[in-house]
Amino acid sequence: MGDDGAGQLSDYDESSQDIFWRCGPGRYAVELGPEERALLKELPLQLKQAFSEESERANLRRLFPPAYATDPQAEAGYRALVGQELEGNKAAELETLSQTAEATELSAEELDAWMRAINDIRLWLGTLLDVTEEEMPDDPQDPPHILYHVLTALQSLVIDALAEDLDG
Amino acid sequence: MTSTAPVEVKRPESSEVTDLARPWKVIVWNDPINLMTYVTFVLQKLFGYSKQKAHKLMMDVHTKGKAVVSSGPREKAELDVFRLHEHGLWATMEQDS
Repeated sequence: MGDDGAGQLSDYDESSQDIFWRCGPGRYAVELGPEERALLKELPLQLKQAFSEESERANLRRLFPPAYATDPQAEAGYRALVGQELEGNKAAELETLSQTAEATELSAEELDAWMRAINDIRLWLGTLLDVTEEEMPDDPQDPPHILYHVLTALQSLVIDALAEDLDG
Repeated sequence: MTSTAPVEVKRPESSEVTDLARPWKVIVWNDPINLMTYVTFVLQKLFGYSKQKAHKLMMDVHTKGKAVVSSGPREKAELDVFRLHEHGLWATMEQDS
């Protein structure tokens, strides 16, 4: 599994409590800089666009893994049954993230959509970067690697905020 | 033959009924991108597992490469796999052998 690169992103580690926090029942405050917000507005639209491009299919394999690994016939049935719904739900979450990227307050449902959308972007980007268990992308000079780390750190903070409620 | 003694009627071991009745296992596989905290969170959220149970299953995925996270009839297993796919986890299903 991936790790959240704690220690590599001191910007986020130092002030983690100040980015996402619960500000009321089912409400979450979001304090992000303009650069992060621009990313969260733009990247989901790029991934959504990739859904419709045949050449991106291989890069999206982690977003749409097989349900039946060894039974092509059953797998085709699963795809026919739910494939469109799965893609539609993912597109809707990406849309939510993009449209609320500038919001200072989110509902629990919206923050949950952020979490899944950011994860889908990481699955896409991680596949493009060929992330493996042994090798974390940590080239500080390479923009896609930096992007991957920023999204990982952000997702980690969203999970922390949502998990706090789940754990009571 | 015009009649069959009840004891010789259809042996369940060979019938399709038992084949259908065998439960399905939903398996989550290790992958290098999904975060450990995320996998734990998703298992708690989708299946209502305690943090302790979800954490143990996540650690099984991480250290053993996979874990059975739920089981049941085919329709339930398919829905569970779908919900895990909605969350980007690498989930598959197979029938108990």
